[in-house]
Amino acid sequence: MDIKSPFTTPASGRSIPVTPAPVGPTLIDIDHVDFFYGASQALHDINLKIEEKKVTAFIGPSGCGKSTLLRCLNRMNDLIDGTRVANGQIKIRGIDIYDRSVDVIELRKRVGMVFQKSNPFPKSIYENITYGLRLQGRSSKSDLDAVVEKSLRGAALWDEVKDRLHTSGLGLSGGQQQRLCIARAIAVEPEVILMDEPCSALDPIATVKVEELIQELRTKFTIVIVTHNMQQAARCSDKTAFFYMGKLIEFADTRAIFMNPANAQTEAYVSGRFG
Amino acid sequence: MSPSTRHEFQSPPSAARRWESAALWLFRIATYVILICGAGVFGNIVVKGSKTVFTSTAPFINVAFFTEAPESLYVFEYQGQKREMGDREFRAFKTTHPEAKDIKAESYVYSAGGIFPCIVGTVLLVLGSMMIALTLGVSAAVYLSEYAKQGRAVTLIRLAILNLAGVPSIVFGLFGLGLFVIYLDWNVSLLAGWFTLAFMVLPVVITASEESLKAVPKGFREGSLALGATKWQTIRKNVLPYALPGILTSSILGIARVAGETAPIMFTAAYVVRDKLPWEGLTSVSDFFFQGVMALPYHIYVVSSKIPQNEYTERVQYGTAFVFLVIVALIATCSIVMRNKLRNRYKW
Repeated sequence: MDIKSPFTTPASGRSIPVTPAPVGPTLIDIDHVDFFYGASQALHDINLKIEEKKVTAFIGPSGCGKSTLLRCLNRMNDLIDGTRVANGQIKIRGIDIYDRSVDVIELRKRVGMVFQKSNPFPKSIYENITYGLRLQGRSSKSDLDAVVEKSLRGAALWDEVKDRLHTSGLGLSGGQQQRLCIARAIAVEPEVILMDEPCSALDPIATVKVEELIQELRTKFTIVIVTHNMQQAARCSDKTAFFYMGKLIEFADTRAIFMNPANAQTEAYVSGRFG
Repeated sequence: MSPSTRHEFQSPPSAARRWESAALWLFRIATYVILICGAGVFGNIVVKGSKTVFTSTAPFINVAFFTEAPESLYVFEYQGQKREMGDREFRAFKTTHPEAKDIKAESYVYSAGGIFPCIVGTVLLVLGSMMIALTLGVSAAVYLSEYAKQGRAVTLIRLAILNLAGVPSIVFGLFGLGLFVIYLDWNVSLLAGWFTLAFMVLPVVITASEESLKAVPKGFREGSLALGATKWQTIRKNVLPYALPGILTSSILGIARVAGETAPIMFTAAYVVRDKLPWEGLTSVSDFFFQGVMALPYHIYVVSSKIPQNEYTERVQYGTAFVFLVIVALIATCSIVMRNKLRNRYKW
């Protein structure tokens, strides 16, 4: 394929031709969603199609609604009293996840989540990973052992912890804890992994490790990542959505967003002029 | 410069300085007064009680006091000697010494023997009410803080629970008498006492449990739910175990305090005297729950207020009080040791 480098600045200055990445099948279809916390509207008419086995980044200043939208995707917002999706639908593989017939437990098994503040349970590393499996009634030791190894390898943590699987997960460093949480999430083999600012509490080296991990995970999972860090979005996502004041301002290939934003607000944000 | 001359770092006499030292002394004296009162109360009970509980000869502990039931004490003069004997001993003495058959003896109720049935009764009351209070209280706390939609109704319920903690114990006693003893027809029984004591300690258990549940980081709940756990699975596996140390400590301390109350059990569970121990003479399992028991606080009350006071009753009063203090202290220590163990297991 003959792709013209997006990094060459054309004479016109404003419109850089960016070759759009091939469009994959849509996994999550966010269709005209309005979301309320009590009386205040947090999301306004969001339209977004998240493609399968791609990394989609949500960026935007604090309070722009990106985390709220993320938490809509596995209905974690249900835990907060008075929240509701007022209009629109969120469909995963064509199924409206806010439909009455949807069991939120089944949804969350398919849509895993990694949180901003790493939250390993105060149990052993082994017990952390097997937590989700035991919930599903899986208890055979060989089965669990295999999943633990596979998940920890998948989260690039195996070599660091294989000799201390039965020590507390809280004894790990911050970056290791976050990767343990990722391992715990992938142990139940979800289709989607939601990451809510997974590196905001990590040092640069730990951040690089998690970002590398995201690159490996994209082959198996659909990843949606909320980040404050624009370089992170630029480095590790395929598509980027920019939110501002509860509205989706622009959604495009990551390169397009950073090299050639169509919207003036997007440009101002990605160039660091506000936020 | 002589040291007597004023220099700039010397404090100038001022009202603030005088108030400072006045306040300091007020606080200091208040603390000392409390210390002296506490030492007085404990010292009095320990000194007088230990005369009953300990002996000067091996095994240095008055075993009979712990293992026997209370009985009457007979004091009489025999062959110019003053003798003190418990009821059974006195009767045996009269059979072996026929000449003493018509001897004149002064009798003092409950002043001989021991307090074993009271210890048993109190332990049973504590254990039973603890189980009821923990089951009801922890469940209610889980509902209030994890399930219920926070709002005016829940706030009102919390307020009501806190108010319940301020209700005098005699009112709980009357409530137990009215509901359990009379209306439910449980009579004066262990069961009625358990429920009355449990209701009394519920506010403490609920409040402590809610606090402990709140102290568990939100991330544990979210992390568990995000893995596809149900709410109950999350609470059972990832919230309650970490809240348990706090719940148990506060609850057990609360129960130890309530176990010392006389008022709630005097109408509902306590007998002045009962010959049979709780496991004697049962014809069916249910009999166990529907029998009254003797209890330490009530025994102290009976011995101190229902019979004429004298040097012999004083021994029982202080001995019982001493044993009672030790038991309560033991329960408290156990709960603290247990908390520390559990805490070390779950740290975050």
